[in-house]
Amino acid sequence: MQTNLLQNMRQTIIDHHSLILPALRDIIIIALLGFVLAFILGTLIALVTTNPNQNIFSTIAKKFFAGYVLLIRGLPLTVQLLLWFFVIFPLVIGLRLPAFTVAIIVFTIDGSAYISETIRGAVQSVDKGQFEAGRAAGLTNFQTMRKIILPQAYRNSVPQFGNELIGMTKATSVLSFITITDITLAANLIIARTFEPITPYLLLGITYLVIVYFLTLIIKFFEKVVFVRGRKYNSRKRFV
Amino acid sequence: MGENIIRAKGLSKHFGDALVLDNVNLEVKKGERIAIIGASGSGKSTLLRCLNMLEKPTEGEIIFQNERLDQGDINKKRQKIGFVFQNFNLFANMNVIKNITLATLMQNKSLNKEVVNRKAMELLTKLGLEDKAYAWPDDLSGGQKQRVAIVRALMSDPEIMLFDEPTSALDPELVKEVLDVILELAQTGMTMVIVTHEMKFAKNLADRVVFVDKGKIAEEAHPNELFGNPKCERLKEFLSKVLD
Repeated sequence: MQTNLLQNMRQTIIDHHSLILPALRDIIIIALLGFVLAFILGTLIALVTTNPNQNIFSTIAKKFFAGYVLLIRGLPLTVQLLLWFFVIFPLVIGLRLPAFTVAIIVFTIDGSAYISETIRGAVQSVDKGQFEAGRAAGLTNFQTMRKIILPQAYRNSVPQFGNELIGMTKATSVLSFITITDITLAANLIIARTFEPITPYLLLGITYLVIVYFLTLIIKFFEKVVFVRGRKYNSRKRFV
Repeated sequence: MGENIIRAKGLSKHFGDALVLDNVNLEVKKGERIAIIGASGSGKSTLLRCLNMLEKPTEGEIIFQNERLDQGDINKKRQKIGFVFQNFNLFANMNVIKNITLATLMQNKSLNKEVVNRKAMELLTKLGLEDKAYAWPDDLSGGQKQRVAIVRALMSDPEIMLFDEPTSALDPELVKEVLDVILELAQTGMTMVIVTHEMKFAKNLADRVVFVDKGKIAEEAHPNELFGNPKCERLKEFLSKVLD
């Protein structure tokens, strides 16, 4: 039976590769691109929310982004996708964007809310003395954040970033709500054709597991190599 | 000793409702070495931190080289005020040489990196730390960290050095190596203000000792006079507890 199952999976991939492969490609692009853009936007938001300045502009900006984070984290991703694709872009803004583009935008906005809070927490947990030493040396707030605080905050946050990336990848299973053929929809379409649910759903589960496994390897690579000192590829030149 | 390097005028500082500094006036002349002593919570560290605006005074002003410190480019002025923290505060995400050269390179993009590194190595060598240039803060002893912190503060050729209890976080056997460095620095004519609990050191180093009590300067004098013939009761009480 085991051999049959494996043979069935192999045959399913062969028979329906024109459905499966583009779906796989699309969800990987949306998840990865969404994560990268969310990371950038989340960092910018965190720079605002952790700014020690207490002038009126800073205060207003902080309150704005506090509301932004509350709103985004309060809405399920599916609801955000539906709102942006069917309501906000076409009816409010008057733009008919491709579903793929809308998906990336929504993943960026959603991810940025969580990532900004992760970074904010990590920044606030960096020893206050690090910030004071930077300022005492004549560095500006921005220079101190960029060169001293953020690198330390990022280092401490790699596991949470990994969680966010994995979460985004699995969240692609709801993209069919806005007409994108993700791999979950692909599995359902195969079932509609073949009337056999076991192989497609097993294949679907295995596909997600494999993707997450490779993402985990990438995250571990970042933990050891990019953000943590004492790495294998360290050299004097690299740091000076 | 000549012109004023730094001057605190009518300095007051509140933390919430607590008055930590109360109308303090302090002048530091070029080449002068001032030791600030006092009990814990007396306001001496707050006073020092106000001198480079790490704490923003509630009232009063800090004049650095005849200009108010809070006006104009404070970052440029801070480059000329070296600050050494009690807990070293080396940047945890970079090695020693990067710690030392970061601020110089960030502030002057036109400077040649090799030239800056060479200066850093010269300073490290003077302090016996040349073999630690590529070490990370975690690899250093407390005394080494503090010496690196001193080198970091010296990189921008400051006009004045401020030391906030530089040996308080050190094991006793490491204190001497840091105090020796500060004494050597003093002999080069560096203007300095040092908050310290090391009374013997204060006596050897300082031209003037300032005793801070409950946010005010209760007494200030030459160390021989202050330690030998204290005038205010609170200082007598303090010295009787801290001196052998």
